[in-house]
Amino acid sequence: MHGPWRVVGKLTTFYRRARRARREFLGVHFAVSAVSAVGILFSVFFLWLGDASAQQPDIRVTKVRDHFFMLTGAGGNVAALVFAEGITLVDSGGVEMSDKLLAALRSLSTQPVRYIINTSPDPDHTGGNEKIGTTGGQITGGNVAGQVADAGEGAEIIAHENVLERMTAPNIKPPLPIRMTPGTTYHVEHLKLSTFYHGDGIELFSAPAAHTDGDSMVYFRKNDVLVTGDVFNTTMYPVIDVDRGGGINGEIEALNHIIDIAFPDFRLEGGTLIVPGHGRLCDSADVAYYRDMVTIIRDRVQDQIKKGMTLEQVKASRPTREYDGLYAPSGSVYTADMFVESIYKSLSKNKAPAAAVKPATPAPKAAPAGRK
Amino acid sequence: MRRWVRFVAAGLALALVVAARPVAAQVDFSGEWAPRFHEDQPERVPGPELGDYLGLPINESARLRADNWEASIQTLPEWQCRPHSADYIWRGPSQLTIRKDEDPLTREIVAFHAEWLRSIDNPIYLDGRPHPSPDALHSWGGFATGKWQGDMLTVTVTHLKEGYIRRNGLPRSDRATVTEHWMRHGDFLTVVTIVNDPVYLTEPFIRSTDYELDLHQRVPPYPCEMVTEIERPRGVIPHHLPGTNTQVQEFSERYGIPFEATRGGAETSYPDYRKKLKLMPPPARTRPRIEAQ
Repeated sequence: MHGPWRVVGKLTTFYRRARRARREFLGVHFAVSAVSAVGILFSVFFLWLGDASAQQPDIRVTKVRDHFFMLTGAGGNVAALVFAEGITLVDSGGVEMSDKLLAALRSLSTQPVRYIINTSPDPDHTGGNEKIGTTGGQITGGNVAGQVADAGEGAEIIAHENVLERMTAPNIKPPLPIRMTPGTTYHVEHLKLSTFYHGDGIELFSAPAAHTDGDSMVYFRKNDVLVTGDVFNTTMYPVIDVDRGGGINGEIEALNHIIDIAFPDFRLEGGTLIVPGHGRLCDSADVAYYRDMVTIIRDRVQDQIKKGMTLEQVKASRPTREYDGLYAPSGSVYTADMFVESIYKSLSKNKAPAAAVKPATPAPKAAPAGRK
Repeated sequence: MRRWVRFVAAGLALALVVAARPVAAQVDFSGEWAPRFHEDQPERVPGPELGDYLGLPINESARLRADNWEASIQTLPEWQCRPHSADYIWRGPSQLTIRKDEDPLTREIVAFHAEWLRSIDNPIYLDGRPHPSPDALHSWGGFATGKWQGDMLTVTVTHLKEGYIRRNGLPRSDRATVTEHWMRHGDFLTVVTIVNDPVYLTEPFIRSTDYELDLHQRVPPYPCEMVTEIERPRGVIPHHLPGTNTQVQEFSERYGIPFEATRGGAETSYPDYRKKLKLMPPPARTRPRIEAQ
């Protein structure tokens, strides 16, 4: 081809190439766009999934002492003493948070969980017993190790006898796995655990008829930390579970017992540190405020019962109202009415309540149940 | 090339000026400061009247707590030896010492420590450290950090224990945060405190307090031991049952101020309230009245 035809041919070729290039470009572009769109969709999906998992709160770790930690966000607060041979836990959080709690514990120590002490039978304090307990192992030896096949398997779970009773009651359907329940119990006023095996001298104080009838408060002697369980919270009124043996006067006595045990530092600040069942780290001054509030409300309800007021009348008078902003803000699961009702039932149950005096201390019983 | 050098030099000079500004803005608040009682002397030294909630932006819950408050609660061992909280102690009657911590290399002030007679050390950190987590311990002094705004130091206080905004039972919750502005004019120190309390206040509560430098002052140590002041059965907490405290009327009757006004609330803190006050009937004269000075 020569002359103009050659130019036309070149132009045609150029045009065809251009069209092909455009098609290829558009095709690639389309493919890229499609991949991008799918990518975005996947991203959104995974972000949503991420959000969904983020809805489960993470475990927050607060250093209480050099080797003592408070773990928040697992349900009830969990306390962890880390020592050379292992970890002693007070409570194990809710069952759904066990994996996250375990991961948080692994960040504190690679040693096994040796002991779990339960402050009550509540699921948000005992839910992790099985999962966390089975990853650990109590220290055993001698005759026990030889005679009891699984003596060293799993952490030793320790609680008041009534925790075991409540967790294995016939009305619990389905029955709880045996490894979720305490293997060691006590039934007297207090139980001492040795420093050597538990990382500290640990004393369990029974708080009879307080939140439930199986409450324990756990004092770590050298660390000077008291873990109270749900006898003391900073975020809500105390849950007085009358149906499980709880009572308002026992609750107040338990709060006074905390103040008895605690030794404040200069100007009533610091000193013995208190890990509550729910909420932030405290000291005895915080407990005193809470004790005052609970006592004042108890006195009001008691006065109203004396005047012959019905439960509905007492609730309508709102005897807690100036404290509701602190302990029952709107949206609270445990409401002020529920607290008032528990006090009313508790005081009506005991027609001769201790009323601003020390409630009867249960008579000392026999020696604690034998430990494994 | 010369233009480029000039540009860089100007930039460096500007950076130096900006970097030097915080140091230049530092004012030395350290020293011995004596309180001056030009404001609210009757409340601050002898103590407030029961039932006087005038001029305070309190809500109904705060009012009820104060109505049911019994002063003898402070005789309980758990209440003795408590210092005033960080927000109130500026208004207390005590002398103040402010010490400073300096970075040994830069000589910048990295912290002030405010301590009053009968108080605890209240550190104010200027080193940019974050506030602790919500799970951390609260204290009477709270956790305080400061930032310079020119010559004024602005302090943010969190993690406070429960306290009071007036010493007649009006509470300030442990959810509250406080902002302080420290200003020094020669030998005078003025501190403005702004309390935000979502539980007991409806508006920020603002107070200013003055101190004067006192070169002869020395704040001595003040140990405190808990003792049994009043023997009571175990577990008794002094308080009034709702509606039984007749003492809350005394302030109204003694000073001839309408009872409604003594109940406080944000409205009573504004000048316009005087007009409303004039329309209210005076309280009945059941006790000797003290005329306003």
